[in-house]
Amino acid sequence: MALQPAITDLEQLKDRPEVTALLALNAAAVTGAKFDRNELTIWVDRIAVRNACQELRSNPGLQYTSLADLTCVDWYPREPRFEVVYHLFSVPNKRYLRLKVRLSGADANIDSLTPLWPGANFFEREVFDLFGVRFDGHPNLVRIMMPENWEGHPLRKDYPVEGYR
Amino acid sequence: MAHMNPTPVLDPSQDQTMVLNMGPQHPSTHGVLRLLLEVDGETIVRIMPDIGFLHTGIEKTCEAKFYQQVVPMTDRIDYLCPMTNNLAYCLAVEKLLGLEIPPRGQWLRVLLNELTRINSHLVWLGTHAMDIGAMTVFLYCFREREDVLRLFEAVSGQRMMTSYFRIGGVSMEPPLGWFDRTKKFLTRFPSNIDEYENLLTNNPIFVNRLKGVAYISAEDAIALCATGPTLRASGVDVDLRRDLPYTGYENFKFNVPVSKVGDVYARYMVRVAELRESQKICMQALEGMPEGPSKADAPKVVLPDREKMKTQMEALIYHFKIVTEGFTVPEGEVYMPIESPRGEMGYYVVSDGTAKPYRVHMRSPSFANLQSLRTMCEGRLIADVVAAIGSIDIVLGDCDR
Repeated sequence: MALQPAITDLEQLKDRPEVTALLALNAAAVTGAKFDRNELTIWVDRIAVRNACQELRSNPGLQYTSLADLTCVDWYPREPRFEVVYHLFSVPNKRYLRLKVRLSGADANIDSLTPLWPGANFFEREVFDLFGVRFDGHPNLVRIMMPENWEGHPLRKDYPVEGYR
Repeated sequence: MAHMNPTPVLDPSQDQTMVLNMGPQHPSTHGVLRLLLEVDGETIVRIMPDIGFLHTGIEKTCEAKFYQQVVPMTDRIDYLCPMTNNLAYCLAVEKLLGLEIPPRGQWLRVLLNELTRINSHLVWLGTHAMDIGAMTVFLYCFREREDVLRLFEAVSGQRMMTSYFRIGGVSMEPPLGWFDRTKKFLTRFPSNIDEYENLLTNNPIFVNRLKGVAYISAEDAIALCATGPTLRASGVDVDLRRDLPYTGYENFKFNVPVSKVGDVYARYMVRVAELRESQKICMQALEGMPEGPSKADAPKVVLPDREKMKTQMEALIYHFKIVTEGFTVPEGEVYMPIESPRGEMGYYVVSDGTAKPYRVHMRSPSFANLQSLRTMCEGRLIADVVAAIGSIDIVLGDCDR
């Protein structure tokens, strides 16, 4: 199982049904794609994330009916620093897909996915709590892990692992 | 007290209802789960879980550790199925490295992973039955669980925090006679399951408390991100062991129990059936256990055997290097979902090419499954909440990380 080099060219990945569907929906919103270690990643623009998920879920050939995971990665000090990572799972096809959205540190806002999947509620609260990314349209965006009066967002890279904040 | 946070969803203007606090020290919330119940008489109008009491920042700590140092942390997330967590993390890092595990290592992993499932389901069955009022089953379950824990202790030196799976294989060969002991336990185990079922499955008190309680439909369960037995009891046939086989599960024959009913009793039946399936997988693993090495041949990643370390210079150097500097992992990211006893346990590991993971995220099944509690309980009686919590089988360590 030697590692194959990753395919990072959107042109080469155009034939993948997931990429084709998103390009047909809104070609300007798909900013990149990657196929690495047998996992497909698609970068989309933040304004398009809810529509993209809706399309991936309702497209009869794809049927990504389930949100498996939602998290975030902080690339501080690089900008745009946040990458919100969605893992979608297709229950009929038994396939995973990774969607990514880049967000700048100064304006870390993104549409909530709770209208599509009510189960995104806890995941988004967790990302808000630990990274400080805000989800517009979330019904109850409050801290979930840390105490109410906590200052700062612990999983940010400029937050120290030990010692004083 | 900062967690005391009933404000966001409750409406104080109406005085028809009362807010009842349940937990975090309540014995039937299976850990430190706090629930705020808005009740109208005995009927639940709204239910709000409050979690985070066990949050220890494991994801943050992982970023400061070498790849191999993260393994013991994973045990402590879901303390009822340590090996499943070890497995998910090791598989994720192995996928990043492109490392192949020899067949014996894979079969040992399957065997111990299924023993872990038995262990976890036994704790669930015992505590769930005790919540409903059947004390005896608890004692029986813990009797058998003790046997499993002794097997774990023999193989890894620890009863609960095993850290037995390492990146590149398992930490060491099981001791002499361990397979016979395991076989003896597994041969006896089906009769033990019969024993539990005799006490519960047709027991009218148990059945009346469970049947038709805390119903959730397949659509709701998928929308609420429920996985594992909670989802399968609602009629969705997903089991990652069969659908996306990992660590050699494609070599084993087993059924995936599914029920279309969607109530607490269906979840009970699914899990008990899973106990029997796990026993079958373990037996197959014991019978077909291949010979050969149990660790991958990757000296830069896998610690050398003790004997080699004392006789070969290279092995000593590699050992020193791995322990002091760790090993680097090629850049990339991986999401590794596996089927834990509670549902989909996924590890998202991002590597930036150094010896420490850039980001480790655990998608824990308890955290996601807990969200379905609201749909299950609203409009039902307070007494049913206890049955519902037991039926989704949460572990708060897993939930809060």
